[in-house]
Amino acid sequence: MSIETAKAKNLLGQNPEGSSLWGDAWIRLRANRLATASLFFFIFVSIVTILGPEMISTSYEEQDLNNAFAPPSLTHFFGTDNLGRDLLARVLHGGRISLAVGFLATAVSLFIGVSYGMASGYLGGKIDALMMRVVDILYSLPFTIFVILLMVLFGRNFILLFIAIGAVEWLTMARITRGQTLSLKQAEFIEAARALGFPDSRILIRHILPNLLGPVIVYATLTVPAVMLLEAVLSFLGLGVQAPMSSWGSLIKEGSEKMDIAPWLILFPGLFFSFTLLALNFLGDGLRDALDPKSAKD
Amino acid sequence: MKLLEIKNLSTHFHVRTGTVRAVDGVSFSIEQGEIVGVVGESGSGKSVTCHSMLGLLPQPPAKIENGSIHFKGEDLIHLPKDELRRLRGQSISMIFQDPMSCLNPYLTILDQVSEPLLIHEDISKEKAEGKAIEMMKKVGIRDAEKRAHSYPHEFSGGMRQRVMIAMALVTSPNLLLADEPTTALDVTVQAKILGILKSLKDDLNLSVLFVTHDLGVVAEIADRIVVMYRGKIVEEGTVSEIFNNPKHPYVKGLLACRPSLDCKYQTLPTVDDFLESIEKPDGSFEIKERTTANEYLESLLEQSSSDLKSSIEPKQTLLRINDLKVHFTTKRSLFQKQGETIKAIDGIDLKILRGQTLGLVGESGCGKTTTGRAILQLIRPTKGTVEYGGQELSKLSSTDLIPFRKRMQIIFQDPYASLNPRLTIEQALTEPMRVHQIGTNDNNRRDMVVSLLEEVGLSSVHLRRYPHEFSGGQRQRVCVARALAVEPEFIVCDECVSAMDVSVQAQVLNLLRELQEKRQLTYLFISHDLSVVKFISDEVAVMKAGKIIESGKSDALYSNPKDKYTQELIESIPSPEKVIA
Amino acid sequence: MAKFILSRFLQAIPTLFVIATLTFFMTRLAPGGPFDSEKAIPQEIKDKLEAHFGLDLPLHKQYLLYLKNLLQGDLGPSFKYMGWDVSELIATAFPVSAQLGLCSLFIALLLGLPTGIIAALRKNTAYDYLFMSIAMLGICLPTFVLGPLLILIFSSFLGWLPPLGWYSMTDMFLPSLTLGLFYAAYIARLTRAGMLDTLNQDYVRTARAKGASPMRVVTRHALKGGLLPVVTFLGPAFAGLISGSFIIESIFFIPGLGRFFVTAAFNRDYTMVLGTVLFYACLIIFLNLMVDIIQASLDPKSRSK
Repeated sequence: MSIETAKAKNLLGQNPEGSSLWGDAWIRLRANRLATASLFFFIFVSIVTILGPEMISTSYEEQDLNNAFAPPSLTHFFGTDNLGRDLLARVLHGGRISLAVGFLATAVSLFIGVSYGMASGYLGGKIDALMMRVVDILYSLPFTIFVILLMVLFGRNFILLFIAIGAVEWLTMARITRGQTLSLKQAEFIEAARALGFPDSRILIRHILPNLLGPVIVYATLTVPAVMLLEAVLSFLGLGVQAPMSSWGSLIKEGSEKMDIAPWLILFPGLFFSFTLLALNFLGDGLRDALDPKSAKD
Repeated sequence: MKLLEIKNLSTHFHVRTGTVRAVDGVSFSIEQGEIVGVVGESGSGKSVTCHSMLGLLPQPPAKIENGSIHFKGEDLIHLPKDELRRLRGQSISMIFQDPMSCLNPYLTILDQVSEPLLIHEDISKEKAEGKAIEMMKKVGIRDAEKRAHSYPHEFSGGMRQRVMIAMALVTSPNLLLADEPTTALDVTVQAKILGILKSLKDDLNLSVLFVTHDLGVVAEIADRIVVMYRGKIVEEGTVSEIFNNPKHPYVKGLLACRPSLDCKYQTLPTVDDFLESIEKPDGSFEIKERTTANEYLESLLEQSSSDLKSSIEPKQTLLRINDLKVHFTTKRSLFQKQGETIKAIDGIDLKILRGQTLGLVGESGCGKTTTGRAILQLIRPTKGTVEYGGQELSKLSSTDLIPFRKRMQIIFQDPYASLNPRLTIEQALTEPMRVHQIGTNDNNRRDMVVSLLEEVGLSSVHLRRYPHEFSGGQRQRVCVARALAVEPEFIVCDECVSAMDVSVQAQVLNLLRELQEKRQLTYLFISHDLSVVKFISDEVAVMKAGKIIESGKSDALYSNPKDKYTQELIESIPSPEKVIA
Repeated sequence: MAKFILSRFLQAIPTLFVIATLTFFMTRLAPGGPFDSEKAIPQEIKDKLEAHFGLDLPLHKQYLLYLKNLLQGDLGPSFKYMGWDVSELIATAFPVSAQLGLCSLFIALLLGLPTGIIAALRKNTAYDYLFMSIAMLGICLPTFVLGPLLILIFSSFLGWLPPLGWYSMTDMFLPSLTLGLFYAAYIARLTRAGMLDTLNQDYVRTARAKGASPMRVVTRHALKGGLLPVVTFLGPAFAGLISGSFIIESIFFIPGLGRFFVTAAFNRDYTMVLGTVLFYACLIIFLNLMVDIIQASLDPKSRSK
């Protein structure tokens, strides 16, 4: 189409260095205001939760029973809970845990899913069929239930928590990666690479991996909020982190119990949690549009 | 009164990078019962003109800025949406390029063909279906009653296009807009579809606006031709006026650069030899004729007659294929008990001499592409031998094949798909050198890459660029350079100019020829286009259904085809020369 | 077709076996036992109880015994609800969960499909942005935030609906809405994406070129292809609605299977846990099969062969 050629010409004229697909995607992402705002919001939340607890004077476990259920004020911006603990400190500390679980579990699922999916897709044939059969079987396990079972039976263990969640989430990642690998394997540039006699390892790492990163990143961005949600569910059932530690999920649970007398206890963690999930989802959507020019909104 | 009259039509696309003047002040008209051909290369605005008429453009980004389109006296541009919709499918119908994606996969053929009647006429379902079946018979669908209840995927490409035509004409419209209706079809099928359109035109007193990039096709079917270039009409006239006496430099170039069966050139002229187009700041183009064009043409002719390419020196065999077979088994699907065996190649013998070009022609699905892949061992043959320089390849392990990977290369049809979009041109070209230990260090390799780029008509400016920043022709040059990076002696060209405009195609063909002479390359040139194959090949083999049915010296085979299928293929090539003569 | 269903049933057997084995050893290897928590129980009574349920046997014998009973369709007695069989408990609790799940699914489709379709047809307009922002909010608002919120609004402030329980029709509304909204949001997004994809297809352009009205283009040409992703999602969605409902069930005090399961896990009620997990697995396998069949029958390509 003439639009494409015009665009190509434009780029050629303005940009002697050349711009990679990643660079183009970044420009498209920046043009999406919602996604950019989400990105900034997310960075803001990350910084606040990582550095925040060190910056404010009150600790998340410091009790002040005389000052229980204090509404938000200048001394306690977010108010205090039933034991007089500062809610701001607890929300920030909880965010740290929630985000850590979100990212670590996603990293686990990313690692397992991508290597498994790439191997399955590239090897193909009977091995592929077998590997995918395994995934199919695992898919029909009621996994949320397994995670709950695991947490109930073996106690609340932080490490176990994100391993369990990561192990659930890798299945979809593996399927996406395999699908991408299969279609990339058919691509002519892979055939060209084989015709040029490149070894398989090189084709996998240098030609297939970078090209399937797009959908994988998008899915990973969407996995983080899903994982945070699952952690919150577990916390809500009393299976997450243990008091006095907090996560957003456990704070929401505490808040929902005291909703009538101290609504701020559910309001602030709820807001932080929902907005972070919102930002991550918008960011994921934005990335999807940015990385796939065809689906982009003109 | 004219049936359709377009005056000063301008349709622009407003995109983030600026405004594209897709159609820029176009005026022409169609009389009742006339076929007008609109010819142009990709991006010339011919399809946009067509879509503008029916209000089928995506708006935004497209916007009709100016002009009028009068159909039977009514201005289509300013017609209320509902009234325009009533004209669509009743008075003006349209058929499109890809008959597969244009039919709804979830509805039966009968449902789709009878639908326009049900929409526009007060008619019972039975009557509409009866009319639909009648129309399907007219366009040559045998067993129409029975087949009407099948779904589109059960029809071949040619049959689907017949269904599209039946669907478009079932309401007896006055005007048919045909947007590249035969481009996706094989040449024999194309000839049949063109025949159907011509005979129906007389039967139904139909007017047709036929949009195509193919000068041959338009010469066969049109009464009058409109040539578009960069959104403007550059020339308009009858078929013989355009072909015998072109006035505009672009049209002259376009006619000269297509390799026809009686092509006299060894090097093809290109459109750029005829004109120079300068972009103005407002996005429009100024076209200047080159005065040197005629001299250049003559010099090409002289050079060609003196150049006895196939010199007499004895040639040795580089590649010999014996009884090669490749069979595939399809996967079992949900409702299917067993996979089928498809015989993609079913026992072929071929021989290619060093320094020569073997052209392999055939229609889609005949196994020509699989042959190329099987020679390179990208697909392992089921049976038979591939002997390259005296060595049997099909039994070698992939490690033992590596030295041969350096000697044999391949260029694909779609240059964009065959370049890794995440690598710069420099990375894409140095990588094979590094793998095969060509060049001593990175600097040395970069110098080699630069000289390669210059050899294929690019330059060191392009080193840091990514594939999506090039035009189609440039990308194919990059692919050629990458194939040359390992200094091969044999290259499989798999439909490598098929997706290109004729003017770009001429440039790439010239490049391939030039490189062959300079580097003593041997080509296997796979294509569905008989004219292109004739231009480039010394020997030609014709393939059908996995078998080679005829082969021989290029000139002999074309002038005196023995097999009936070969004769049909050659006769089906649409050519203005035949029409005018 | 029959062959396909049969082969899927055969495939289900090893899956269920793996699940049974995994769950069995997971429960047994975990610290604690069914009769540990109540400290008041004297040792001899505890021993008797364990002997009664066969918990004094070596682990592998327990395992084989369980498998043997399972093959006969016997899920065993519950350790905690004395005198009840696990299958009886599931039979009482599952209908409640199923009812909740169906109501939620109904709400989800009722809200999700039209909004998704409208958003796709009015792409990049205020409608689209509004609907999709609400849908995104619906996905990000966890049920355990939404549930209490809805209770707060409809019960505490407005006093229109009862906050807890599962006795009458009005009891069903709030929990179904809470659970359904998340899936409504998801379905709306899927519908929009699917419809947009289909509306960009060439055959939709053909339909427009035929002069079909916008209504006809959507209902006759775009809807079937556009809703395929939603159909695919329905299986996992329904399974998720039923197995994931324990949060809702505990917020609204509904005697559903989810609550039974969580309680059973906390109580180390081994047979109940195993029975519920196997039941859920069967349900998911069955639903996946149904979706595959529906999907294939919607696609003429796989039907005709």
